[in-house]
Amino acid sequence: MNTPLRRVGLAMMAMILLLLGNATWVQVINADDYRKDSRNRRVLLDEYSRKRGMIIASEGTTIANVQETTDRLRFLRTYANGAVYAPVTGYFSVTYGTGGLERTENDLLNGSDDRLFARRVSALITGRDPEGGSVQLSIVPKVQEVAYQQLAQKGFKGAVVAMDPKTGAILAMASTPSYDPNPLASHDGAEQTAAWENYNAKSAGNPMFNRATGSTEPPGSTFKLVVTAAALADGKTKDDQFTGERQITLPQTNTTLENFNNTPCGDGVKTSLENALAKSCNTAFAELAGQLGKDKLRKQAEKFGIGEKGETIPLPVAASDVGPMADLPSVYQTGLGQRDVRMTPLQNAVVAATIANGGTRMKPYLVDKILGPGLEPIDEADPDEVEDAMDKKDADTLRDMMILSEQNTGGEGRIQGLQIASKTGTAEHGENPQQTNPHAWYVAFAPANDPKIAIAVLVEDGGDRGLGATGGKVAAPIGRAVMGAYLAGR
Amino acid sequence: MGSPIPVGEGTPVAQAATSTSPGLKPPTKRGTELVMLAFAAGLVTLALILVELNQERAVTMRIVYLGLAYLALFSLAHLAVRRWAPYADPAILPCVALLNGLGLVMIHRIDLAQEDYAAKWDPVAFKQVIWTAIALAMFAAVLKFLTDHRTLARYGYTFGLLGLVALLLPGVLPSFIAPTINGAKIWLRVGPLSIQPGEFAKILLMVFFAAFLVSKRDLFTAAGRRVVGMDLPRARDLGPLLAAWGVSVGVMVLQKDLGSSLLFFGIVLVLLYVATERAAWVVLGIGLFSGGAVIAWKLFSHVQIRVQNWLDPFADYNDTGFQIAQSLFALGTGGIGGAGLGAGRPEMIPESNTDFITAVIGEELGFVGFAALLLIYMIFALRGLRSAIAVRDSFGKLLGGGLAFAVCFQVFIIVGGVTKLIPMTGITAPFLSAGGSSLLANYILVALLLRISDAARGPKVVAKPKLPQPAIADQHTVMVERPK
Repeated sequence: MNTPLRRVGLAMMAMILLLLGNATWVQVINADDYRKDSRNRRVLLDEYSRKRGMIIASEGTTIANVQETTDRLRFLRTYANGAVYAPVTGYFSVTYGTGGLERTENDLLNGSDDRLFARRVSALITGRDPEGGSVQLSIVPKVQEVAYQQLAQKGFKGAVVAMDPKTGAILAMASTPSYDPNPLASHDGAEQTAAWENYNAKSAGNPMFNRATGSTEPPGSTFKLVVTAAALADGKTKDDQFTGERQITLPQTNTTLENFNNTPCGDGVKTSLENALAKSCNTAFAELAGQLGKDKLRKQAEKFGIGEKGETIPLPVAASDVGPMADLPSVYQTGLGQRDVRMTPLQNAVVAATIANGGTRMKPYLVDKILGPGLEPIDEADPDEVEDAMDKKDADTLRDMMILSEQNTGGEGRIQGLQIASKTGTAEHGENPQQTNPHAWYVAFAPANDPKIAIAVLVEDGGDRGLGATGGKVAAPIGRAVMGAYLAGR
Repeated sequence: MGSPIPVGEGTPVAQAATSTSPGLKPPTKRGTELVMLAFAAGLVTLALILVELNQERAVTMRIVYLGLAYLALFSLAHLAVRRWAPYADPAILPCVALLNGLGLVMIHRIDLAQEDYAAKWDPVAFKQVIWTAIALAMFAAVLKFLTDHRTLARYGYTFGLLGLVALLLPGVLPSFIAPTINGAKIWLRVGPLSIQPGEFAKILLMVFFAAFLVSKRDLFTAAGRRVVGMDLPRARDLGPLLAAWGVSVGVMVLQKDLGSSLLFFGIVLVLLYVATERAAWVVLGIGLFSGGAVIAWKLFSHVQIRVQNWLDPFADYNDTGFQIAQSLFALGTGGIGGAGLGAGRPEMIPESNTDFITAVIGEELGFVGFAALLLIYMIFALRGLRSAIAVRDSFGKLLGGGLAFAVCFQVFIIVGGVTKLIPMTGITAPFLSAGGSSLLANYILVALLLRISDAARGPKVVAKPKLPQPAIADQHTVMVERPK
C-alpha cells in the first residue's frame, strides 16, 4: 500500500503547489488590476483616511483642502467656492470615485506619487501618517471668478478658457452650469447619493460636464482665423481680392450660402481678405477655402493642434476636428467653421494664443507647481513650445486683421485704452439650423501689441438672445470682462 | 453492535522507517513538540498584539494572559499526547495549534471590524475559544480511550451506519431542530448550540470505508472479471461500499452541500485507490465525476451560477459574483506583503469568518502569509501521510492516508474556491473557520492521526519468543508431594 500512499502524497503536494501558483497569479501578477478596480473601495477608503494634499490657485488661494473629522474616515474634503472651480478641481467621493484634477493628480494628492518617495520613507521611519502632496494651479482666482460670474449670472450654458499666450498657462477655465463638489465628498452616504442624483438629473443640464475641455461644437466664424492663417501661409496677402457677393451657390449644387444678414461685402463684387475677416464675410471665406483645398486647410488646422487626440492638461481634452471635407461644397462650408468642424473652447483659446504668441503654439497647462506635504516646492511647470504654427510675419498680419475685426464687433464691455484683437463666431448647429439658437463664440487676446492673455468664450444655444444671438452680442462682453479683470493693475 | 470485520493483517508488514531493535526505545521527540508549541504560542500572541495595535486599541497585559492561556491549553493537549501517545509525530500538534490560534485571532479581528460596521453583531471569538477547549478535551479523550486504532476496524459497519444516520438526520428532522441556513439544511440546533452532523459523518464513514476495504482487499484482487483491460471486482464484494458512497454523496448533493460532496467523493476515491493499488479506479472515478458534474451543471441552476461566477465573477458583480469578486479584491489589495494584521477591510468580504477566512488572511498577511499558511497545511498533511506509510497494519495505513488526504483536499477545495482556481463550494477551512462542529471533528481527526503515528513510531511490540520445549517424553518426572 505504500506506493499508492506515496503517490497520494505527490498529489497533495501538487494541490498545494496549484494553490500557491494561483495565489501568485491573484496576489502578485494581477494584484494591481484588482487593487485599482473602481469597484474595489479599499484603496479609496485608505486614501480617505490619509491627509490629502491641497489644490491651490496661483496666488496661494486654497480651493480644495481637508478638514479633520472624528469619524473613521478622519478627513473631510472641502472646496471653497466649489461651483466656480469644480470644472478644474473635480470631485472626491467615497461612493462615486474621483473626477477632474482630483482624479488626474490623485497619486500626488494621496501621497503615493514617486516624487514624494523620499518623504514617504521618512514618514515610515518617524511613524507619522503619510500625507499627500499639494498642487498649485496657474488659475488666477480673480479671472476665474469673473469668468464664472459672467456665465452664471445670466444662466448661460457655456465655457470660458483664458491662457497666457507666452507660456500656455491656463489662467481661467470656467464651465456652466456647474456644481458644488462638497456634498459629493460628504461622509454621509445619503448626502452623497442625493447630490449625485441631483447633478445627474436630466433637468440639471449636465453640470458635471466640463464644457471647456469636453464640449466639441462648430466654431463658426472663429474658424476663419485658421483659414486666414492657411491663406497667408500659402502666400496670399491681406489685400488679395475675393468675392463680395451677398450670396453664392455652392459648386455642383443648388444650395446657396449667404453672408450674415444677407449683406454684401466690399463693393458688393469684390472684397479684400482683410475686410472679409473684419466683416466676417461668409461668401469670401467659402471661396478662399475652395481655392486652398482641403489638404492645406487640414495642415494648418493640425499646426494649431486641431485633430490631436488624447491631449491632457492634465485634464483630458476632447479632440477637435475639421471633418472629412469629402467634396468641394463641404470644403466651402468648412471655410466658415461649419459643416463637420468641431472645436473645444480650449482649442479655440489655443488658436488665439498661438496668433498672439507670434505663431508659436505653447502647450496649455493647469498645474504650475507640485508641492510636498509641507508645501515645499518639488517640481515646477516648464512651458513647452509645441510647434511654430505660423510665421511671425503672418501672425502679426493676422493680429492686425483681428484688431480691425474687434473694431467691427458690437456688444458691450469695451475697455477704454485697451487694444483687443478678436474674432467672433455665430455657429449654426442642430438638425434644423435656421430654427435652432446658434452658439455664440468670441476668441481674443489683449493687449494686441504685447499680448498677456488670450481667451475663448463659448455660449451655447444663443444664451439670452435666442435666434438673434451673435458672438458679438452674447460672447464678446464676457471675453472683454475676463481680459479686463486680468489686465487691471498689470 | 454490528458484526465485526476481521482485520486483514495478513500481508507481511514492511519495517518502520526507523528500524529499532526491540530492546532500544525510539526517541519520543516530545520536547521538540513542546518547543514548537511555545513558538506557535509566541506567533499567535504577536498576531494578536498586531491586530490590537492596528485597530488602535490599548495593548494591555490582558493579551499576554490570553497568550499564556492559549499556551496552557495546548500544553494540556501536549501532556495528553505525552501520556497516551508518546511516540506520535511531534510536528502535527504544533501545526494544528498554529492554525487554530491564527483562526482565533482572525475571528476576533473580524469581530472588531463587524462591531464597527454592522448594525448588530454577536462576537464569535469567545464562542470559538470555548469550542477549542471542548475540541481539545475531545482530542485528549480519544487518545486516552482509543489505545489501539485497530479497535475501530472491528466496528466498521456500526460506524458506517452511524455516519449515514448523522448525514441524513438534519434532512429528515423538522425544521425547529434542523433549520435551513443559507439554503442548506445540514445543521442541528440543540439549545444554544448548532451542530453540523455531516462533519462527524465524514470521519465515521471514513472508518467504515477503510475497515471494509481492508477486509475485502484480497477478494478485489482475486475474484472478478476483466473489463476493457481492467480487473473489476464482483458487484457483491463492492456493493456495500458503492451503496454507502452513492447514498452519502447523493445526500450531500441534494442538501446542496456541494463542497462536502466533492470532498467526500475525493476521499473515497483515494481510499479505493490505495486499497486496490489500481490507478484505473482514479481514472474511472474522475470520469464519473466529470460526467456527474456536467449533468449537475445542465440540471441545476445553482451549479450553473457557481460555474458562471468561477469563469467571470465580475459578470454578475452586484449579485451572485459579489463574494468571489470581493475575495479577489481583498487578495489583490493585500498583494505580496499584505495590509498588515488588523489593517485590512474584512467587513467588505461576505462570510469573512467562515468560508472566506482565508481571503481575510490573504489580504492582511499578503501572499507571503498566505503561502506560509498553505505550507503549514502541507506539512501537517505530509506528516500525517508519513505516519500512515510507516504504520504496520493495513487498516492504519488506509485510515491514516485517508485522514491526511481529507484535510489537504478540503484546503484545496476551499482555498481554490476563494482564489477562483475552482468554482466556489461552501466548506470550512480546517482549524481556521468559525464553527464548533468542524473544529471538533477535525480535532478527532488529529487524535486519530496521532494514534496511528504513535503506533508507527513506537517500539515494535514483539511477541516474547517461547523457550524451546523438549518433547514430552523427555520431560523429567516430578514428584508431587501429596498435601498433608
